Amino acid sequence: MIPLSHFLIIGAILFSLGTIGLFLNRKNVIIILMCVELMLLAVNINFAAFSHFLGDLGGQIMVFFVLTVAASEVAIGLAILVAYYRQRRSIEVEDINTLQG
Amino acid sequence: MLETAFFYLFGGLAVFAALGVILSANTMYSVMWLILCFFNASGLFFLLDAEFLGIVLVLVYVGAVMVLFMFVVMMLEVNKAQKREGWLNYLPVGGMIALILFIELVAASTSGLFSTGSMATASHLAGEVNNTVEIGKILYTEYLLGFEIAAVILLVALIGAIVLTLRERKDAKYQNISEQVKVRKEDRLRKVSM
Repeated sequence: MIPLSHFLIIGAILFSLGTIGLFLNRKNVIIILMCVELMLLAVNINFAAFSHFLGDLGGQIMVFFVLTVAASEVAIGLAILVAYYRQRRSIEVEDINTLQG
Repeated sequence: MLETAFFYLFGGLAVFAALGVILSANTMYSVMWLILCFFNASGLFFLLDAEFLGIVLVLVYVGAVMVLFMFVVMMLEVNKAQKREGWLNYLPVGGMIALILFIELVAASTSGLFSTGSMATASHLAGEVNNTVEIGKILYTEYLLGFEIAAVILLVALIGAIVLTLRERKDAKYQNISEQVKVRKEDRLRKVSM
């Protein structure tokens, strides 16, 4: 039987790699979106692991909701990206500074 | 024993694929690595008795979300050469934050807090327990409100994505439906005396 902490450590590694990816790929918004997906996947693994080890199905329902929100986030994010690319011909983070952020 | 071997296989490949996502120079390769990562995470879900979620992860994520990513990567012309330029500037601060986060998460998960009571002795469910049936029972009763909110979120995302990318073309010939419906015989038909 695999202990719970092993699953949590896998989740921690995936989450940290997603965080590093956010910082490394400043030039490409698509990869940033993928890193966010990676972090959500790590959270999902944690939810499923706790659900199994506590014997409570609520964790799996929560994974279901996270999947829903992640899917709609990707759809909206990529739509914004396509609309932006049509205007500016670039998807670099540094070019997206119209609002002076 | 076999289960442990599969755990290390799926977990190791998932971590390896995640490294590929953040390090590969080509965006298309990143998408491919992420697909591999999702397949392995789905294997981990199977090890956790979450069969429904494992299948949903493959169907929804690999089948829909990653294909969407692939479409967008192929649609946008991303300049490969300047993509990696200056990435080392961000490595120290990003690596530091991620390392601290990782140490904290590992310290919390190995602290022994999560190995007490039922969490230490959880065993696999009996073969006749159907995960999908159980999730359906709980999803349509206890979590019905959340389920409906999720449906509304998906609808809003659907409409939002269409509205954001819709482009009115000047040269296209659109129908005016109300004009078409309003038209009567007298408007179109002309009797000519021969």
